[in-house]
This record gives sequence, C-alpha cells and structure tokens, in this order.
Amino acid sequence: MSDELSLGEHRFTSRLVVGTGKYKDFPTMQKAILASGTQMVTVAVRRLDLSAKGEKSLLHWIPKECVLLPNTAGCFTAEEAVRTLRLARELEIGGARPLVKLEVLSDQKTLLPDGEETLRAAKMLIAEGFTVLPYCSDDPVLCRKLEDAGCVAVMPLGAPIGSGLGLRNPYSLQMILEQAKVPVIVDAGVGTASDCAVCMELGVSGLLVNTAISGAQDPVAMATAMKLATEAGRLAWRAGRIPRKLYGSASSPLTGVI
Amino acid sequence: MQATVNGERKDLPDGLTVAGLLRHLGVRAERVAVERNGAVVKRARHDEEQLAPGDVLEIVTFVGGG
Repeated sequence: MSDELSLGEHRFTSRLVVGTGKYKDFPTMQKAILASGTQMVTVAVRRLDLSAKGEKSLLHWIPKECVLLPNTAGCFTAEEAVRTLRLARELEIGGARPLVKLEVLSDQKTLLPDGEETLRAAKMLIAEGFTVLPYCSDDPVLCRKLEDAGCVAVMPLGAPIGSGLGLRNPYSLQMILEQAKVPVIVDAGVGTASDCAVCMELGVSGLLVNTAISGAQDPVAMATAMKLATEAGRLAWRAGRIPRKLYGSASSPLTGVI
Repeated sequence: MQATVNGERKDLPDGLTVAGLLRHLGVRAERVAVERNGAVVKRARHDEEQLAPGDVLEIVTFVGGG
C-alpha cells in the first residue's frame, strides 16, 4: 500500500527528515542517516574553509540517494535567507524548482522563528522558483498565510530548536492539521523516539530531527528508534485510535460468566 | 590587486577570473558557489567573470546543519 509524502516534485516513502549538524564525526553521521531510513537531509551553507585543503567534504558522507535540503540557518532577515539560498542553488541541489528549508530566526537565545520575515522571504523565494518548506512557530494563522503564499508544506516547531522538549502544544498543532491542505512537518523540539510517535499519531506528515539524533549517546541507535517510532506513529494514525473514555469498558463478554 | 575573500583581505594576481581565483586558492570548483559583490556568479560564467580591485568575494559550500 503506497503511503507517500509528496513535496513539490519529490515523493518520499520515509517521513523522517534528518539534519547533518553536530555529529562528532562524518562516519557516525553517515551510519545514523542510513539507520534513520531518511530520503532527505538538511545541510547548511557556509564559507568554505580555505585552509582545510584535501579534506573530504560533508557531501562525500551523505548517501547519494538522499535529497539535499539546504537551510537558511543563521539568517535573521528575509534578504539574508534569499541570498543564502541563491548560493545553495548554485551548489547543484538539482531540479528546476529545488526544495529548500526556510528558517528566519528572531534572536540567538530562544532561536524562535520570526514569522513576519519568514513569510516575506517565502514570497520572495517562491517568486524565484524555489520550492519552500518554511520552519515556523506553531501559529495556525501564520501557517495558513505561508500556505496561501505557496509553500508546499508548513513546518511548525514542537518546541525550540535543540531543546528536546517534545511537542509542547498539541492543541495548536491539531488546529494547524485541521486547516492545512499541505503536508505539516514538525521541525524542532523532538527529544526522543516517543516524541516522534506522538506527533505522527496526531496526523502530521513528517518530522525533521537533528539534535535528538546527533546529540544522543548512541546516534545510530537513536536514528533506528526514531525510524521505527515514526513508522509506528504513522501506522497508528492510519489505523484510527479508539476514543478516550473516562470509565472502563470490558474487553471480555459480560454474558455467560460462570 | 587586493580583494576580500571570505572576510579576509587578500593580495591576488591581477587579471584573475573567478575560475582563476579558485585555481589560485586551490579550490575545486564543482562543490562551491561564488558570490561577487553580493551577486551569485553562475558556474557557467566562472571562466569569463573578471575580478576587480576591492571586490568582495564569498566562496561557500555545504556543511552539516539542521
């Protein structure tokens, strides 16, 4: 049974997108990417280290079949984000309308997204032919505006970036899910495998995880756990859970008791 | 000629193109993107685009990120 995640021109069977930041070394990152079963990884655009000659680059360690999703991490204005992704497009990410992760932050301490700048950047990028996946706050109004602007998905946070606090406001997320006509991907906040399952059981289309995998004591084992939890959560959502009831409801017949 | 490359002032040979700059720095062109004075220089134009004194150049690549 086909259950694919569709984003722009791309189709994915895996619903877990993983980041490539903060691993202790590239071989561990590569093993974790493979263990997660992901088909898309995020990457950042930074100045080339002109003194580091001959070292194998990040891309050498990313499986060839993975789609690259360049981000705009470190950008605080729409202009910075557009500038970053124009450069990313030159880095052969492929496709006429490349997928990009838009992230415009408001301040260094909270790392919370700046909705106004994110929306402005999204419009600019879409006009330039990018396929935009915006990281945003879990605000249903903003998510609707991003969707109306032409974003192919919305990516509300579960909790601040790298916090590992899990899904803090399931009710906001449910409102977003109820109204959204594009996939909803929870980006940021996942701390452990159960957080993946909780989000997927609510009906989100995917998850984006970095720190919770790269920062785990055993990143490869955590990547495996999150793969399974994401799949389990998705299956449970499709299966349809029973309604919650306040009192007990017997599983065995109440008739014929001896 | 002097130019700023990735935030550092550098003395470069006169008459360099973008492709010449990358060779001069020992950078393999296929996995970098170059910006000159705020505008992307398309890869197809690396051989033609002449640098000028005082240019501000950025040479970027992909690194790990979330």
